[in-house]
This record gives sequence, C-alpha cells and structure tokens, in this order.
Amino acid sequence: MTEIALSSLYQQLILEHYRKPRNKGVLPGATVEVHMANPVCGDEIRLHLQLDGEERVQAATFIGQGCSISQASVSMMTVRLKGKTLDEALALAARFTEMMHGSREAARDRKLGELRALQGVSKFPVRIKCALLGFDALQEAAKRVRSQADGPAGG
Amino acid sequence: MNGSAAPAGARASDRRSRANAFAARARRDFPALQQEVGGKPLVYLDNAASTQKPDAVIEAIAHYYRNDHANVHRGMHELARRATEAYEGARRKVARFLGAADPAEVVWTRGTTEAINLVASAWSHTFLGEGDEIVLSTQEHHSNLVPWQLAAARAGARLRYLELDDEGRLRLDRLPELLSPRTRMVALSHVSNALGTVNPVAEIAEQVHAAGALLLVDGAQGAPHLPIDVAALGCDFYAASGHKMCGPTGIGALWARRELLEQMEPYQGGGEMISVVERDYSTWADVPHKFEAGTPNVAGAVGMGAAADYLTGIGHAALAEHERTVLEYALDRLAAVDGIRLFGPPADERCGVVSFLLDRAHAHDVATILDADGVAVRAGHHCAQLVMKHFGVPATSRASFYLYNDTEDVDRLVEGLDRVKAIFG
Ligand SMILES: Cc1ncc(COP(=O)(O)O)c(C=O)c1O
Repeated sequence: MTEIALSSLYQQLILEHYRKPRNKGVLPGATVEVHMANPVCGDEIRLHLQLDGEERVQAATFIGQGCSISQASVSMMTVRLKGKTLDEALALAARFTEMMHGSREAARDRKLGELRALQGVSKFPVRIKCALLGFDALQEAAKRVRSQADGPAGG
Repeated sequence: MNGSAAPAGARASDRRSRANAFAARARRDFPALQQEVGGKPLVYLDNAASTQKPDAVIEAIAHYYRNDHANVHRGMHELARRATEAYEGARRKVARFLGAADPAEVVWTRGTTEAINLVASAWSHTFLGEGDEIVLSTQEHHSNLVPWQLAAARAGARLRYLELDDEGRLRLDRLPELLSPRTRMVALSHVSNALGTVNPVAEIAEQVHAAGALLLVDGAQGAPHLPIDVAALGCDFYAASGHKMCGPTGIGALWARRELLEQMEPYQGGGEMISVVERDYSTWADVPHKFEAGTPNVAGAVGMGAAADYLTGIGHAALAEHERTVLEYALDRLAAVDGIRLFGPPADERCGVVSFLLDRAHAHDVATILDADGVAVRAGHHCAQLVMKHFGVPATSRASFYLYNDTEDVDRLVEGLDRVKAIFG
C-alpha cells in the first residue's frame, strides 16, 4: 500500500472527527435507537434519531467505540442527517455506499459533504465495513420506524 | 565460556545476533517470506493466527499428489497402499511429535476446533450428565468455549470459570474451590493465543485428576512452540492444528488416552469408521479410525507430518531459545514506546505473543498503518472475547513471532508504531 493511499485514508478531517466526535451522547426522547456492532473487530455504535411527524430528522446522536474510520464516519453522518427526511437519509446512505465501492461520481457528489473525506477508505477493502457501520445502523433505524408506522400487520 | 565475566549488554547482543542468524537460516526455507509488501520486505508477525509454510511441507504435499494419491484403507492397488502408508506414516510422525507412544491415540481432525468439538460431542454424549460441571477459563479461545456451551446445554451441565489475574495468568489459587465432586472435565489452553501466557499444565493435571475429572488441553498455540510430551503433561486430551505449526490448513490432531477413545461413541458416521453395517445397526472400527468417518484429508495429514519433521529438525530447544530472545527484545522495545499498554505476563511465562494498545490509535488503525509498511499484525479480539472483557478493552493489536522472525522485524514494528503516532498524534 502506498504512502498516498495511507495519507488519503487518514485525512485530517477524519482524525478531527475521531478525536472530537460531533453529536456524541444519548438522546432523551429519541424516536428510534439502534445498536450496531461489527463482531469481527468489536466496533460498535448506538444511533439515536429523533424524527418529527414528517419523518424529518430533528436530532441525531450516537455513542460508540471503535476505530477512527467507524467513529469519524458516524460522527460525520449525524451532522449530515439533521433536517433530512428518512428518504433523503436513505439516499445519502446509498450514495455513501457507492463511494465506498469505488464510484468516482459518488465521491464528487456535494450531497455527501464532509463524508467525502472518507473516500480513501475505498482503497482499503477490509476497512469499508468500518465506514459503513453508522449507515448500517441508519438503515436499520429506518426499517424499524417504518415497520412501526405500518403497524404489526403491515408490510 | 566466560559468560559470567562478560557484561550483560554484550551477552544480550550475542544472543540477539545468534537469534538473527537462526532466523535468517530459517527464512530461506519459507518462499512466502521472500516478498515485498508496500515496497518493503514482508515482516510477518501474525503467526498466532497462522504460520507460513516451509518448502519441505509444500513439497511433501506436491509429491504426494504427483505420485501417491488414491483413497486410503480401501483399494487393493499400489497407489492405495502408498497413500495409506503416507497417511498412517504421518500419524506416526505426529504421534512422536506429541510424545504419544501409540499412534492409534492420534485422531486426525480438521484442526483444533474440530478436535475439541469431537470431545465435547462424543465424550459428553456418554460421560456428561445433568448437574455435572465443566471448568473452563476466561483465557480460552472461542473454540474451547463454544463447544462446551453446546455440550452443557444438551446435557444440562454447568460451566464454571477460572479467572485471570492482572497479567493474564490463570488464577490457579482458585482452582481447588472450582473443582467439585461434580466436575467431569477441565478444558484449558496450553498457551493463550491472545496473551501468550504459558499455563502450567502438569501441575493443573494433578489437581484435576485428584478431583476425579479429566483434563483437555487446547494445544493450538502450544504444539507450535513448546516441546510436547503428552505423558509428561499428564493431560487426557490434547488438540493441535497443522496450520499453526508450519503445516497446511484443514488438518489437525486430537491425542487422547486410548481407553478414553475406546469408551467414547463415534463423532460422525460414514465410511471408514465402521466394522460391520447391518440394516439397523453397525459396529465400529478400532480407534482411531472409529473417529475418522469419510475420505480423510490425506494430503493435509502428509503435510502436517512433514511439518512435525521440519520442526523436529530445527529442534525445540533451539526454537525456544530463539523465540525467547526475540520476545524479550520485543517486550523491551515496545515497553519504551510512549503511550503503549502491554498485556500479558513477563517473558519467562509466555510464548512469542505480544498484545498491545496505543492510547491514541485504535488497534485497527494500528494494523492498517503497519500493513502499509509491510508489517503484518492482527487486530481485534483474537477469538478471545472473554480475555478482552477481563481487561476491559474491545480489541488489541497483536504481534506474534516464530522461528523466522528476528530483532529487525521488531525494529520495523516499532518504526511502524512511530508512524502511527505521527498520524494520530
Ligand atoms: C488457542 C487456540 N485455540 C484454538 C484455535 C482454533 O484453531 P483452528 O482454527 O485451527 O481450529 C486457535 C486458533 O485460532 C487458538 O489460537
């Protein structure tokens, strides 16, 4: 692996989010809370979302522990989620996943905001799951919110 | 020798240059170590997960497939005879390697995991009942935990745990109170894969037998590094994996006292393990074949036999001396790294495994950055989540050494850690 790949992996912005994560903490009155862990490496996060009646994210927080990539990724994600509807949040997750799988077009998409700093992860296949941990939690959260909204008989 | 007159520093550096010459000779036997990773010579420090393979093993497997392969114990033709001889000859080699007088006490398995599952299943079937107790430790690899959890759940038995001290040793002072008249089995590792701790098996065996229980030793990390003599260890079962001792994957061995194997029910049914098959019942082949249903991994067995010969040729005393030198050097150098936390006991109580954490960087980030420098280490819980819980950490980085590692490999590791610190501050 080259120097360049390594320095693109550990961008300053990623290290900054790792050292000083945004939106870290519990969220009293959260609409949904999801725990997601990577059993292989022990990384884990607990994502809390508070949604309004229109499925718009009012607040997003997390608690967790793990490597710089998983923790920076979820920190950046929570920043990005604020004010988005669940559909927009899922679209963000899809776009981010495309970037992880090497899409250059996705990596240029301004909608990803700071999350684009994580594009170097795509060169480190074993670390992609670290970057996706927060988004996995987001997708699970959306599923739960919607299955509740549908009611027990729904879907 | 004028060892006592020489200054300690000079003696240590003599030992280091001997260790480095030893490693340089060994490295020539391992083709996979002749490559570069990240533009630098590969430094392979993930030996506790799996070791690299010497030419002698690779050639033995290739030779077998090129010349001698057929199914074993079946055909009446020349190749079948040769394959059977290669398979049984390898069993004799591995028996000798483990100090077992009788090769029939060695059962081929897929590895340590299957060896332990075999006992936890076949032995427990007859000998584990409701209310019985199994003693394990929090040092164990998941493969010496989960099979017993399954067996205990089936039998209605209870698991009890020997705890660790702050340096990762077994709290043997607690063993007497854990052993009860209900204890049927004690299952412990010979050497911890997460910490390198060497456990005093012979001493434990005495106490276990005095309590009327049996002792299974998970030797996945013992067989590669220590001279094994199952009789002297005094255990009842010993499990090992080929791939952790220079052999191929997919092969391992269970050694057990013959009378135990004879008393146990089969593990799996199929060809090879029977004597007579009727419509409603069958009778079993003699041990060890009773436990080897189906066409076995003949090439794997041949490879593990060659690995046992290779290590015997190197010599266990020389291997131990070399590993100790590299380990002591590693512990010294790593202890001097700013912000490092080292896990495990002092060098004279462990094999060549060092688990560590840096205060600023997560174990995974450490492994990624080291990999970019061509240094292969493991990061994670090392299939020993109870060890991680004991120390209250989610994961560690782990460097593990073998015969081909030298002090320069340790230097590369430490340089890599400097690099981690440069990135993570
Ligand atoms: C102490 C210990 N026990 C058991 C095992 C399992 O060995 P295998 O995966 O070869 O069956 C390992 C290897 O990871 C180990 O280190």
